[in-house]
Amino acid sequence: MSDAPSLEVRNLVKHFPIHSGLLQRRTGAVKAVDGVSFAIRRGETLGLVGESGCGKSTVGKTVLKLIEPTSGQILLDGEDVTHLSPGRMWHHRRRIQTVFQDPYSSMNPRLKVGTIVGEPLENFGIASGRDKDERVAKLLERVGMRPDAMNRFTHEFSGGQRQRLGIAKALAVNPDVIVADEPVSALDVSVQAQVLNLLIDLQDEYKLAYLFISHDLAVMRHISHRIAVMYLGRIVELTDKRTLFSMPMHPYTEALLSAAPVPDPSKKKARRIIVQGDVPSPAKPPPGCHFHTRCPYALPKCKVEVPPLIEVAQGHHVACLRRPVGASPEPLTPTA
Amino acid sequence: MSILTVRDLATHFHTRDGIIRAVDGVSFDLAAGETLGIVGESGCGKSVTALTIMRLIPPETARIARGSVEFEGRELTRLSEEQMREIRGKSISMIFQEPMTSLNPVLTVGTQIAENVWRHTGVSKQQARERAQAMLDLVGIADSRRRLDEYPHQLSGGMRQRVMIAIALSCDPRVLIADEPTTALDVTIQAQILDLMLELKEKLGTAIIMITHDLGVVAETTQRVVVMYAGRKVEEAPVEELFARPLHPYTHGLMRAIPRLDADAETAGRRPRLKEIPGMVPRLDRPIAGCPFAPRCDFATERCRVEAPPLEDHGKGHLAACWETARVQAVAA
Repeated sequence: MSDAPSLEVRNLVKHFPIHSGLLQRRTGAVKAVDGVSFAIRRGETLGLVGESGCGKSTVGKTVLKLIEPTSGQILLDGEDVTHLSPGRMWHHRRRIQTVFQDPYSSMNPRLKVGTIVGEPLENFGIASGRDKDERVAKLLERVGMRPDAMNRFTHEFSGGQRQRLGIAKALAVNPDVIVADEPVSALDVSVQAQVLNLLIDLQDEYKLAYLFISHDLAVMRHISHRIAVMYLGRIVELTDKRTLFSMPMHPYTEALLSAAPVPDPSKKKARRIIVQGDVPSPAKPPPGCHFHTRCPYALPKCKVEVPPLIEVAQGHHVACLRRPVGASPEPLTPTA
Repeated sequence: MSILTVRDLATHFHTRDGIIRAVDGVSFDLAAGETLGIVGESGCGKSVTALTIMRLIPPETARIARGSVEFEGRELTRLSEEQMREIRGKSISMIFQEPMTSLNPVLTVGTQIAENVWRHTGVSKQQARERAQAMLDLVGIADSRRRLDEYPHQLSGGMRQRVMIAIALSCDPRVLIADEPTTALDVTIQAQILDLMLELKEKLGTAIIMITHDLGVVAETTQRVVVMYAGRKVEEAPVEELFARPLHPYTHGLMRAIPRLDADAETAGRRPRLKEIPGMVPRLDRPIAGCPFAPRCDFATERCRVEAPPLEDHGKGHLAACWETARVQAVAA
């Protein structure tokens, strides 16, 4: 067993070209992911949080190599898989699996559950026939389903049960890393709790590394060990979850936390920081710090200088010109 | 003073597979200028209740099986479609989760707001257009003169929801029904829209029915809450009272099932297990004997499975339909 992180991403970039005009010339690029780095250890959950269009799902798809990165490196267990051809990548796919938001749209409605969950076992030549059925039965039990679910179709199950099937399928090949993109967003709260508990139990049992992508801060806080906050293709803050929630240092993180409604009427907020306006288009992000157009603390230099992500305190990375190394986590004073 | 009174309302859908009792005996009052929350999970009947009040349920399959909806002394369930059209958008307005699907993509936003104004008030088109621009200013859309001539696809999700609110409030309605108005929006935009709705409520005195699955939104925006489960109201209370002292096991369970953002849920380094509500919601295509929540309830007794608990008044305007409230309270305390 190596000491290398289960999954590491170095300076990942993914640009989608924009073609326009009569000749469909390339006229620009959507910088969906613009230099993202992180590492996830065995048994650890890294949460990737941000609003629509921040690039969090593109990060997920790129590390799964469902889309090719523009530049940067992806390492599985210390091994660089960035430039492997689809054929060579196949051997590594077993190590990194995924759970989607809507499992129903990712499962063939004409196949029985046993075939769907057992498919990766056949694909990778791990088991077939009766052996496969036995393994599928065990997987189903492990995710809290009855083994006879094998002989039924996905439409016979509720949303929460389908998500359990999705998890069973991801687990089938014994992966090291699971990329979970909004896995509980489509579920009702009572069922969401069941699925989150299951994910945590499985992680503790198999020492899985999770890249957990979500827009929901409360869910994030529950399941993550460390959290990276993304804004327009870049990580603006990365730290352990206690620090993030008790002393956020990036103005965007602060705004995000204060905007989330808290289920406690005695804490109705007067102190909410409302960020003005909308998220700018990732095809035309503002220069300098992407957040300066909505930031109450922006200085003139924020409009021109791109703030690097620096470690301002032990394990606490922030990309803000107003938070240099050793900066105090005290609230900033708004600029005019 | 109640301006909208709903009594024993039941809406049934007649399908090939039988009758779906989507709403099955719901009662509540809405006071002038109040914000009432209706909370519950998918399929609990909260949206169908709203659509029934607006008489927007599909006539081919849905029937109002019984009950009444009284608005300013008129019985809405018995009005003709013609009469209902006079009320919709004028006295009672509704906004939906996904503004893009409720806005007309081929009409400018100015036309869509003005249309509602001149339909209901008989003013000239020029006056209606001026009103439309004033509404855009009111909902915080900058550069309103230019925006009047834009189409919905030119606006962001948050701005579209502002336009929906502008249309809904353009004739000074007494009641605004908002069905998951911020569910499709990002959290920073959600905060803007919720603040806007509350600010406009103060300014215009509109009563709001806020329909949501999100207990955070309920806690921050409402004064009183109705909790629905399987087409029925299982609990009702002023919002502080409901969160401090949930009496129905379903409400109690929901509050413990949500991951919390606020600090007191934190335990150093460990991830506490969330309280699960086992099982799933009952099917609504067959009559439910006893309490609909009984199969998932930790407190259920033999009686719960056979005899449906009536809504009982526990003081302070707190109603709950449960035989075992004393035991729920003991655990919650």
